[in-house]
Amino acid sequence: MNLSRRTGQLLGILGPFFGLGLVGCLFMVMLGLKDVADTREKEAGATWKQAARACTYDGLKAFVSIANLKTVLAQTVIVAVGALGMTMIIVSGGIDLSVGSVVALTSVIGASLLQRGWGTGSVAAVTILFGAMIGMVNGSLITGLRLMPFIVTLGMMGVARGAAKWVGRNATVNYPTESPLNNLMKMEDLDSLFPLPAGVWIALGLAAFLALVMRQTIFGRYVFAIGSNEATARLCGVRVWLMKVWIYAIAGLFFGSAGLLQLTRLTQGDPSGAIGLELDMIAAVVIGGASLNGGSGSVLGSMVGALVIQTLRNGSSLMSWPTFTQEIMIGVVIILAVALDRLRQSRKG
Amino acid sequence: MPVRLQMKDVRKSFGATAALRGVSLRVEPGEVHALIGENGAGKSTLMKVLSGAHRPDSGTLELDGKPFTPQSPWHARDCGIAMIYQELTLAPDLTVEENILLGSEPAWGGWIHRKRRRQLAHQALAELHHDTIPLTKPVRRLTIAEQQVVEIARALVGEPKVLIMDEPTSSLTQVDTENLFRVIDKLRQRGVSIVYISHFLEECQRVCARYTVLRDGESVGTGAMASASLSEIIRLMVGREIQDIYPRSEHAFGRPVLELTRLAGRTKPRSVTLTLREGEILGLAGLVGAGRTETLRVCFGLDELAAGTVAVLQREHSRSSPAARLAEGMGLLSENRKEEGLMLQRSLADNLTMTRFAPVSRFGFVSARRQRECTREWMKRLDVRAQGPGQTVGELSGGNQQKIAFGRLLHHAAKILLLDEPTRGIDVGSKAQIYRLMGELAAAGKAVVFVSSYLPELLGVCDTIGVMCRGALSAVKPARDWTEHSIIATAIGAEVTSA
Repeated sequence: MNLSRRTGQLLGILGPFFGLGLVGCLFMVMLGLKDVADTREKEAGATWKQAARACTYDGLKAFVSIANLKTVLAQTVIVAVGALGMTMIIVSGGIDLSVGSVVALTSVIGASLLQRGWGTGSVAAVTILFGAMIGMVNGSLITGLRLMPFIVTLGMMGVARGAAKWVGRNATVNYPTESPLNNLMKMEDLDSLFPLPAGVWIALGLAAFLALVMRQTIFGRYVFAIGSNEATARLCGVRVWLMKVWIYAIAGLFFGSAGLLQLTRLTQGDPSGAIGLELDMIAAVVIGGASLNGGSGSVLGSMVGALVIQTLRNGSSLMSWPTFTQEIMIGVVIILAVALDRLRQSRKG
Repeated sequence: MPVRLQMKDVRKSFGATAALRGVSLRVEPGEVHALIGENGAGKSTLMKVLSGAHRPDSGTLELDGKPFTPQSPWHARDCGIAMIYQELTLAPDLTVEENILLGSEPAWGGWIHRKRRRQLAHQALAELHHDTIPLTKPVRRLTIAEQQVVEIARALVGEPKVLIMDEPTSSLTQVDTENLFRVIDKLRQRGVSIVYISHFLEECQRVCARYTVLRDGESVGTGAMASASLSEIIRLMVGREIQDIYPRSEHAFGRPVLELTRLAGRTKPRSVTLTLREGEILGLAGLVGAGRTETLRVCFGLDELAAGTVAVLQREHSRSSPAARLAEGMGLLSENRKEEGLMLQRSLADNLTMTRFAPVSRFGFVSARRQRECTREWMKRLDVRAQGPGQTVGELSGGNQQKIAFGRLLHHAAKILLLDEPTRGIDVGSKAQIYRLMGELAAAGKAVVFVSSYLPELLGVCDTIGVMCRGALSAVKPARDWTEHSIIATAIGAEVTSA
């Protein structure tokens, strides 16, 4: 009994990794086949066998190359950092739809400040804290007016998007490119894995920090408690309303950081960028094994979930599929991942 | 006339565990048959076999003399088997009448005949002497007792041959219970057979003609209720003698720890004045809806205090929160274990240590190892049957869940314990254990408020008892000055004078 329990838990942790591996292998097979098919086309009249021997497998090699691995990691960073905040919110039984707009707004604010000649440190601090402030507003509205998180953050999605366009005067905000902020996502030496871009280390550091908070602290236990049963949390003396404001505010710190990373990647503030980014983050958290009913989810799972999504994007573009195929694929993977998770849960129960 | 229901040597296993190891049951038409057994004895599994939710591995079922193999819950219902579950299965947002006729709406070509529906719903409630329940009110705004009445009404609409009642009175008051018994009487005269599952043996003795006792998945005894003594049935249930289920011990009262003065909430209670002292077990009796639960909630800071004062350890507070109350050493055991009392998907350890992480944490960091050790300790002391501290609470049986909920108050080292229906829906063994714990706590100088709708346990366990009626509390008197009769009279007394 105990053994099967352990196995169940282990499967729960390994599940997202399994998904990641599956997606990776699938693309390796498909890219290999595509390479062979291309060779066969070039050398007219060659059989499949001959083509397979003559093929140089450039596509497959490109996919599994260190340079590509590094690119995938760097591209995952923004969704991953946002998914950290989203994990907290979803575990507590909430949702935040405003993240894409908040990322755009904070990146535009950061860019405008840089344009005005502010120092790197103060720009970073203001950008991140602004994200937290919006989170605090969300949290306060949700608890103060007893509104559904879905509604409040849906409204905030519009408000923040509008504000971003207002601050940027409806155009991208450029700034002198010498800012050290721009180096955060820079990749040097594509042939070796290290040094990784600073952004990747930042994301890993934040993930390790949040995982510790969620698993090992009283605060983390309270987040899980509120998500699994709010009435019980209240009965146990948890100040639920205060906790919720904190949860959204701290998640806002992560969203502000994602905005800062967006700024450094684009090297400009784009008020109409990052549209729908929140959905990638929610998908990452859900693929990682969280329930939208709250009470379950893990930081590790969400990070792997973010990687799954980025691997799909990356693989699809190497297959030179059009973007609509990517979108369909990601949609299918989300549904599959959650369906598999449910199956696992019902087996356990 | 053929036997209404006959089950012979029914067996059912889930994996390696045998839930039923040979059960036989025989019910005549118009007979009320008590099915008795501790939690886990196999009652629910047996009823699930009967209602089509599980297929038996072997054994035979006969209904009215014909072989009967229920394929699904729908099939069983069509054959005339209706079930009233212990956990309510109503749709909370639908109205009373919608719930009563859910699935059997009077309709013409898909259009609901509203007038007819209202009529049928009213008729069903009137039969239960509860036609005062407003038909158009959403069920979520009814009390639990009223919801149960609606549930029973829904079962009656289908004109069942066999009605299974699983703990029908566990959340009913004495008066509602009397009403239910009258309904049962009527149904019996109509020829409906009733399988009556209950932990309240006194009740079974009153309404049932015959009984069958289950133990560890086997039927170990059956006979006429009139010729059986309670102690004999209990011996069959547990396989050993239980000497005295209510452990009486002398408690010395110390200084007052909780004083309520004309306490009033938003709607309930209206006026409650009482003094609780160290070492005292104070019982609150009353009808469902009299305001007992609300009194505890206001006192604990969960509901708003509208008027009056609460003084804890002789310090008064006009506003309070559960967090502040917990810090003062108060603890509340919710009457609603599943929806409020416990986080069902979380581990035993998290549920048990939730209000006091201090002994298992340092600088805000929880030590999983110390949490496990601490939980194991309590599991041993409370005799909780579970795989380990990491198991999710939702997987435990009712009695074990309640021990974990109770354990949280003990881990919190609460000095004032507010217990709201702590023994609802749990087996005799667990009940006895909870009574004993309450006695030990009082002997150690803790103060307990004990809300219950089951008078024998109030009279058996409490030092002092107060009776609530329509939001007001009677004088609190020593338990020996009360009788079941005088408690009921007080509980409905105000209703008589105001009517």
